[in-house]
Amino acid sequence: MVQYLAARLDASFAALSDATRRGVLEELGRADASITALAEQFQMTLTGMRKHVGVLERAGLVTTRKVGRVRTCRLGPRRLAEEAAWLERYRRRWDARFEALDEVVAELTRQEGSDAREDRG
Amino acid sequence: MRARIEGEPGSVANRTTVERTSDCEVVVTRTVDAPARLVFEAFTRAELLRRWWVPRSMGMTLLSCEVDARVGGRYRLVFDHGGAEPAAFFGTYVEVEPYARLAWTNEEGGEGGPVTTVTFEEQGGRTLVVVRERHPSKEALDAAGTGAAEAMVETFEQLDELLAVELVDGHR
Repeated sequence: MVQYLAARLDASFAALSDATRRGVLEELGRADASITALAEQFQMTLTGMRKHVGVLERAGLVTTRKVGRVRTCRLGPRRLAEEAAWLERYRRRWDARFEALDEVVAELTRQEGSDAREDRG
Repeated sequence: MRARIEGEPGSVANRTTVERTSDCEVVVTRTVDAPARLVFEAFTRAELLRRWWVPRSMGMTLLSCEVDARVGGRYRLVFDHGGAEPAAFFGTYVEVEPYARLAWTNEEGGEGGPVTTVTFEEQGGRTLVVVRERHPSKEALDAAGTGAAEAMVETFEQLDELLAVELVDGHR
C-alpha cells in the first residue's frame, strides 16, 4: 500500500483544496453520515455531494457503504497520515546521520589538503 | 508510483530523500561533498564511523564500535539508549568493493534479518550515496521505521494536530 503514497498524497491535497470537502471530513470526524444528510447540511444537491464524496473516497480519506438505499460515509483509515509520518521519521534519522557524516568527510578533506601541502613542501 | 519524501525544497544543503520502493525495501539517497574514497572510508573505518552513525539527535550514545570491512568480516555497534541494558547491533559484510559498494547483514534480530547495501557514485568530486535496506517482510520494514514507540506516538499526535488545524481553518 505504501508505495502508492505519492499518488495518494496528490489526490489528498486535491481533495483537501475544497472548503466543502474539508467540511465534510470535519463532519464525518464527529459521526458517520449519509450523502443525503450531508447534502442537506451543506445546502447542495445530492449529485453535487456525491461528487465531493467521490473525490474524498478516491483519495482514501472517506469510505462509503450502501445499506438498502442509503449510502453512509465515514472517515477513511488513518493510513495516509501514518505513512507520511513513517517516511518522514525515517528520512530525518538519515538526514541527521548524513549531516554528521558531512563533518567527518570535511575534516578528512582538510587533512588530505594539508598532508598534500606538506608533501610538496 | 512510489512513496517518496524529500527534504526542504530550495535549501542549499544536500537533500536526503527516502523512497519506499516496495513493501520490503526502503532507499535513502544523499549527495556528499567529497570524493567516494573518503566517504567510503567514513563508512568502513571504525574510528570515523563512530563519529557520525549515531548523531546526538537520535538520543542514543555509542559505547563501542568494531568494524572489519572485508567480505565475511563482522561489525558490532553497542549503544546506550537509556534502557536498562545496552543494545547491540551486529552483522557480517557480504560485499565490499572499495570506494564503490558495501553490503552487510543485520543479525541482531536473528537470521534472515535485513540486508543493507550502500553504493558510492562519484560525480565531479561529489559522491551520490544510495542506501538500500531490504527487509524480509513488510511488517519488519514497517517496524524498522518507527524507532521508539513513544516517539512514533508523538509524531502521530503532532501530525493529527496539524491536520486538525488545517481542517478547522479550512471550514471557517
